[in-house]
Amino acid sequence: MKIRVHVSLKNGVLDPQGRAIHHALEGLGFEGVNDVRAGRLIEMDVADSTTDAALEDMCRKLLANQVIENFRIEKVA
Amino acid sequence: MAFTAAVITFPDSNCDRDMAVAIEKITGGTVHRVWHGDAELPTGLDFIALPGGFSYGDYLRSGAMAARSPVMQAVVAAANRGVTVLGVCNGFQVLTEAGLLPGALMRNAGIRFVCRDVPLVVENNQSLFTARYTAGQRIMIPVAHHDGNYFADAETLDRLEGEGRIAFRYAEPVNGSQRDIAGVLNDAGNVLGMMPHPERMIEPAHGGSDGRALFESVLAGLGVAA
Repeated sequence: MKIRVHVSLKNGVLDPQGRAIHHALEGLGFEGVNDVRAGRLIEMDVADSTTDAALEDMCRKLLANQVIENFRIEKVA
Repeated sequence: MAFTAAVITFPDSNCDRDMAVAIEKITGGTVHRVWHGDAELPTGLDFIALPGGFSYGDYLRSGAMAARSPVMQAVVAAANRGVTVLGVCNGFQVLTEAGLLPGALMRNAGIRFVCRDVPLVVENNQSLFTARYTAGQRIMIPVAHHDGNYFADAETLDRLEGEGRIAFRYAEPVNGSQRDIAGVLNDAGNVLGMMPHPERMIEPAHGGSDGRALFESVLAGLGVAA
């Protein structure tokens, strides 16, 4: 089973990396970019028997730091 | 009994030797060098130090992989038993990732790696780590980090302030840290994490010795013969 875990910064957490990307886009002449936030995509191949609870546990224990990050688990067909 | 300490070395730790030398010179004690894959710590430890560096190449998040290494389970257990634990720079990041300290250390607000001596204010001089400083004392200690921007939610920050758990604050903007926090204590007061490097400021050849008092505080506070 292919899994994608999307890790993103929580609202209200300053994202210096996103801000730098935003400035770089503006520097390249792209207009109308209102905001940029950078996250992380983790792709996993797991046994089909892996439970949702186990996937969430992986996110909570390692893949995301819940002090600053949210996560979303996506099952890819 | 002589002061007994352990310095943990993770892959890509690079301040472990400096830390070991500082502890030996100041306390006159024995310093065990412990590898991250070890599941057990030496017995009879008074003090454990997690050094600076870029453990595991800062993969995933700074300190994230090190916090899940075998030796950290033993460090967490020791901290919960009351053993004194100091985490400096990457060691601070590891302590937050391991859940021994609240908050998280994010990319510096200015994006750049910051490497210079910075003025700190000793916010709490009643702790095991800071008793040899005076309250409000201004000291110079070097920083060298990319991810030192301390973040915690407002409720946590208020609690830390109310409980005197902010050991050090930056006296000028350094990395965007919430409320200029440079070092925090755990609830019980036996764990300190800080981004600045006291072990790099212990003798005149370093350009100053403001870091010495931290180690002297621990030595005196634990009441162990040097």
